[in-house]
Amino acid sequence: MPDHPAQPPMMFSRRSLIRLGTGSVLIAATPLPVFATPNDVKAAQQELFGSRVIREGRVTLKLPAIAENGYSVPFSVEVDSPMTEDDHVRQIAIFSPRNPIANVARFQLGPRAGRSAVTTRVRLGGTQAVQAVAEMSDGSLWSGSARTVVTLAACVVL
Amino acid sequence: MIRLSLALVFAALLAACSPAPTAGTDSPAGNVRSGYTFLTAETQAMQDDSFANPGFLWVDRGAALFEARLNHAPSCASCHTTGLAGIAATYPAIDEASGDLLNLEGRINQCRVRHQNLPALDFESDDLLALTAFIANQSAGMPVSVSTDGAAAPHYRNGRDYFFTRRGQFNLSCHQCHDKNAGKRLRGDTISQGHGNGFPAYRLEWQTLGSLQRRIRDCDSGVRAEPKAFGDPTYIDLELYLSSRASGLDVESPAIRR
Amino acid sequence: MASIRLSVPKTAMKGEIIELKALIQHPMESGYRRGSRGEQIPRNIITRFECLYDGEVVFSADFHPAIAADPFLTFYTRAVGSGTLAFRWTDQHGEMWSDSATLTVT
Repeated sequence: MPDHPAQPPMMFSRRSLIRLGTGSVLIAATPLPVFATPNDVKAAQQELFGSRVIREGRVTLKLPAIAENGYSVPFSVEVDSPMTEDDHVRQIAIFSPRNPIANVARFQLGPRAGRSAVTTRVRLGGTQAVQAVAEMSDGSLWSGSARTVVTLAACVVL
Repeated sequence: MIRLSLALVFAALLAACSPAPTAGTDSPAGNVRSGYTFLTAETQAMQDDSFANPGFLWVDRGAALFEARLNHAPSCASCHTTGLAGIAATYPAIDEASGDLLNLEGRINQCRVRHQNLPALDFESDDLLALTAFIANQSAGMPVSVSTDGAAAPHYRNGRDYFFTRRGQFNLSCHQCHDKNAGKRLRGDTISQGHGNGFPAYRLEWQTLGSLQRRIRDCDSGVRAEPKAFGDPTYIDLELYLSSRASGLDVESPAIRR
Repeated sequence: MASIRLSVPKTAMKGEIIELKALIQHPMESGYRRGSRGEQIPRNIITRFECLYDGEVVFSADFHPAIAADPFLTFYTRAVGSGTLAFRWTDQHGEMWSDSATLTVT
């Protein structure tokens, strides 16, 4: 650490900081981002769907039980629907109750999709249950969720 | 009397040091396993699908660069008309002309300067990563097989010494994690054997493709040691030792790693 | 120049549901990361993806920063006839990348 004789003495001696673990120094230097809460998910859903009722079912989310790294988590969503002109999925919206932003993505489908299934990779800011809401051609809303445990890299290098 | 006590002191000092590496013990406890085997099924699937594996974005780019003619320079393909299958599996290797030990990145840059009259590419630049990924991928599925005798022998020994030397605030050597504790947990991770057969690799932690030297530098930072500069000869010696240690494992570039 | 990788079958039977994969090189900088000097790295993400089948949008997506770097998508479409499948990505600044593949439907 550089020598600053003009500054007030440090609260911790360097030795005790090292004993605490360099992690504590890093937390002090990097402000923690503000994370969303389940209420933010509700607000995001209301923004998209108003106050319409969202029923549980017909939507299957797949996430690994343990995510090896929160920066890239394989994710898939499938909706039970015949995908015909009269009965199909219009859109699927994905929400996170723990990321800094509740909205993750929105997929627009339609009868030409043939199968209402999408795969992608998402960033997750911590262990959580990701939620998906599907809007059908008749206006009904269905939801599903899946939980994953998000682990940190062993040697965190900043 | 003094000679005896000196001898005793000497013996005590020797006993306190890490055991000196002996020839033929490169394989971690005899059972060599690729980093692939330490991944979850989902991450393995990501590596296996060449459309899901983002490393192939660099392989594609490298393929284009390999064919391209830049500033009227001859393209790589104009000399290497049949491609470079099998070459990456033998690197790092001694360059006969200069006598230096070169890793793949060093060889690519040397070719550019010497045969194409082009400037060397920066370490970790997209173009260098792309060319390295493309050439390494041409050896995918072939066993790693490097030469450690002749002119390579002192480099091999230097790399091996680095592997067994404790460093950093945590005072750890590569050997301690990747030989003695491979398979055990470090926080949520399982410690791999530390082979480089998948590099350049798409590392989820980096959110991009990176070289083996980038990974080695992260390891040094991980034990709170000051990493050496990219291209440091000691790192290339270490890469040679790692490749020898990984003998027989298939090249997997571009692999997915955590 | 962003690298793009597409998986589109070369041929399909009429009415068959085909799987499409699209991968593009892009850092998808979330805007929440800090650099080595503590400076906040500004957000820079792809915000929109569209797949057009002979000019008609058959699948599209809106991305937020939670979509991982080098965004990857797998989705489906019905093979209605021979034609061109175009894939388009647009980022928050309006910059666009695209690629296409031909599909022969028998």
